[in-house]
Amino acid sequence: MTVALIFIAVLMLGSAATAMVLRNLIHSALLLIASWAGVAAFYLWAGAEFVAFAQVLVYVGAISMVVLFAVLLTRQNLDDRQPAEPASRARALAAVLIGASVAGVITATVLSTSFKPSAAEAPNATVKQIGLDLMESHGATLLIVGVILTVALLGATVIAATDKKSDPEDAQ
Amino acid sequence: MSALPPAGSFLERAPLELRDAVVQVLPVPVQWLAHHLITIVAVLAVFGLFFAFTTIAERKLLARLQNRRGPNRTGLPRFSILPWHLKHTLFGLSQPFADAVKALTKEDIVPAAADKLLHFLAPVVVVAFSLMTFAVLPFGRFLIPVDIDAALLYFFAAGSATELAIFMAGWSSRNKYSLLAAMRALAQLISYELPLILSVVPIVLITGTLSTQTIVVAQGNWSFGLLPHWFVFTPWGFAGFIIFLISALAESNRSPFDLPEAESELIAGHLTEYSGFKYALFFMAEYFGLTALSGLGVTLFLGGWQAPCAFLEFIPSYLWFMLKLIGMIVFFIWVRGTLLRLRIDQLTRLSWQFLVPLALINVGNAAFWSLTSGWSGPLQLVRWGVSLAVIVIPFIAMGRTLTAGFAPRTYRYAP
Amino acid sequence: MTPLHLCLLLSTGLFCIGLTGALARSNTILVLLGIELMLNAANINFIAFWRYGPASASNDGLMFVLFGIAIAAAEAAVGLALIIAVYRHQKNIRLQEATRLKG
Repeated sequence: MTVALIFIAVLMLGSAATAMVLRNLIHSALLLIASWAGVAAFYLWAGAEFVAFAQVLVYVGAISMVVLFAVLLTRQNLDDRQPAEPASRARALAAVLIGASVAGVITATVLSTSFKPSAAEAPNATVKQIGLDLMESHGATLLIVGVILTVALLGATVIAATDKKSDPEDAQ
Repeated sequence: MSALPPAGSFLERAPLELRDAVVQVLPVPVQWLAHHLITIVAVLAVFGLFFAFTTIAERKLLARLQNRRGPNRTGLPRFSILPWHLKHTLFGLSQPFADAVKALTKEDIVPAAADKLLHFLAPVVVVAFSLMTFAVLPFGRFLIPVDIDAALLYFFAAGSATELAIFMAGWSSRNKYSLLAAMRALAQLISYELPLILSVVPIVLITGTLSTQTIVVAQGNWSFGLLPHWFVFTPWGFAGFIIFLISALAESNRSPFDLPEAESELIAGHLTEYSGFKYALFFMAEYFGLTALSGLGVTLFLGGWQAPCAFLEFIPSYLWFMLKLIGMIVFFIWVRGTLLRLRIDQLTRLSWQFLVPLALINVGNAAFWSLTSGWSGPLQLVRWGVSLAVIVIPFIAMGRTLTAGFAPRTYRYAP
Repeated sequence: MTPLHLCLLLSTGLFCIGLTGALARSNTILVLLGIELMLNAANINFIAFWRYGPASASNDGLMFVLFGIAIAAAEAAVGLALIIAVYRHQKNIRLQEATRLKG
C-alpha cells in the first residue's frame, strides 16, 4: 500500500517540480499533465474511482487541451524557449524561500497533530450513492456550479474572441 | 427467462474455466498477476487479430463498393524447407501479415529538428489509451475484463486522453503544417466528444447505472419471445444511436470526418513525419478506437451479448457480441465508401449546431419515457407517438433551417 | 506516521511546488499552471480526509472534490482567455509588463 503511495508521490511531485523549472513551455505543460495523471492515480489508490475518472476526463482530457492551445496561440518566438532574465533570479530565490517556509510550517503542524483513528474501509462511494448525495444533499450546489460553469465559459469565449468581420466568401 | 440452457452453460463459462485451470497450476503469490495477465493477453490477441482482419475487410469491401477487387495476391510465404511452393493466393487474406512485416522493416525516419522524446512517445500514448478502453466492454455474459462501477466514465476518460497524443504528434514534428493539422484534428475531436457523451446520457438515465454489464442485462427481455428490448428499438434509443454513430465516426477520424488524415489535406496531417512502425501504431490506434467505440455502441444500444430472440440463447453470448461488432464495423466501412468528406467548418458546425441540441432534446425525451413507464394499453401508443414527435420534429426543423441551401444559379457560356 | 499523515505531506509538497512556481515564473501561463497545482493539492487533502479522516460515513469530501474540479476547470478557461486577450494587447505574456489598468 505505502509502496504504491510512494511511487505515486514520486511521479506527482517529480513531474510537478520539473514542470515549474523547465524553460520550454510545452514540455512544462506536458509534464504538468503527467502530474495531473499522478493525482488521478492517487485518487484511485484512495478508493475514489469516480473522482479519479472525472479528474482524467476533465484535467487530462480538457484542461490540458485549453492550456496547450493557449500556449500555442501566445508564442513570442518560434522555438518555445523563454529567455532567462537577470531580475528573475532574485525573485526565484525569494519564491523558493517562501515555498520552503510554507512547506516547513505546514509539515510541522501536520506531524505534530494526532488525528482520531480512521475507519478501516472507504466510505460508500458507489456511483449510486454519489448520485444520491449530489442530487439530494448538494442539489443547490450542483445547480450553482452549473451556472458558474456556463457563465465562466461564456465569458471566456467573449474575452478571447476577436471581432473580425466574417468573410463574405464563407459559406453561410 | 426461458427454459433453454441456463446462464451458466458450459460454452458460456468455457473461457473462464480455461483461465482458472491455468491459474490454479501456478504458485499462489503469482496467481493474481497470472489471472490478470491472461485476461490482458487474451483481449490483446483477440482484438489484435480482429484489427488485422478489419484492415483486409475494409480494403476488400471498399474495393467492391468501387467496382474492383481488393488485394488478392498475397498468398502464402515461400517456406524454404518445403521442396515445393503452395501457390494459392488465399484470396488476399494474408495481406495484413504482409503489411505488418512491411511496417516493421521500413526505415524509421525522424526529422532532425523533431523533439525526439515526444515524437517517440506520441504513438505509444495513443495506442496505450486506445487499448485501455477495452477493459470495460462486456464481451460475454461472464467475460468482462474489469467490472467497474463507473465503467462508462472510465471509457470516456481513457478515450479523451488519446487527444493528447495527437497534439504531441503534431507538435513534436516541428512542421508548421503538422501543427496546423493537429490543431484541426483536436478541434474535431473536442467538438464531437460532447455529442458522444450526451447521446449516452439517456441510457444512464433509464438504467440508473454507469456499469456496462448492468446496462446489457437491462436489455435482456423479449416481447413475445421475438422482439428484443434493445435500446435501439425505443425512440430515444434510436435517436441516441444515430447521434452516437455520427460522433463515433468523427471521434475515430474516419470518413466522412477523416480531414485530419486524408492524403489531400496537408499531406497526412499530424502524421506527416511518421513512417514505418510508428505510422502503423497510429493506424492501429485508430482502428482500436473504432472497435472500442463500436463495442460500446453494441453494449449500450444493440443489447451487448444478448441474443435477438429467446430461442437463440443457446449460441454463446460472446459470439453474439462479435457478430454485432462485425455488423457495426461493416456499417462503418460502408459509410466510408459512400459519403463525401466534410470540411472542417462543416463538421464543427454539424456538431455544435445540430448534434448537441438534438442530443439535449433526446435527454429530455428519455426523461419523458422514464416518467411515463406506467402507461399501458392505448396510452402506450400516445407514449411512443409523443416520443417520436419530440425527436423527428426538431430533427426536420433544424435540418431545414441549418442547411446552406443552393447558391444562386449562374450560367457561364463559352466566349 | 499514519496514511493520513503521508497523504497530507504529499499534498503539502504539491501545494508548495505550485506556490513556488506561481511566484517565481514571469510567464503568465506558468503562473496559472502553478495555481492549478495548488487547487489539485487542496483536492488531494479533501480525499485524504474523506478516506482516512475521523470515521464518518459521509461523502462530503468527495462532493467537495467534484465541485472543486469543476471550478478549477472554469477558472482555467477564464484565466487562459484573459491571457490570450492580454497577449493580443501587449504582444507577449510577461506578467511584469501588465502593470497598467488602461489599455
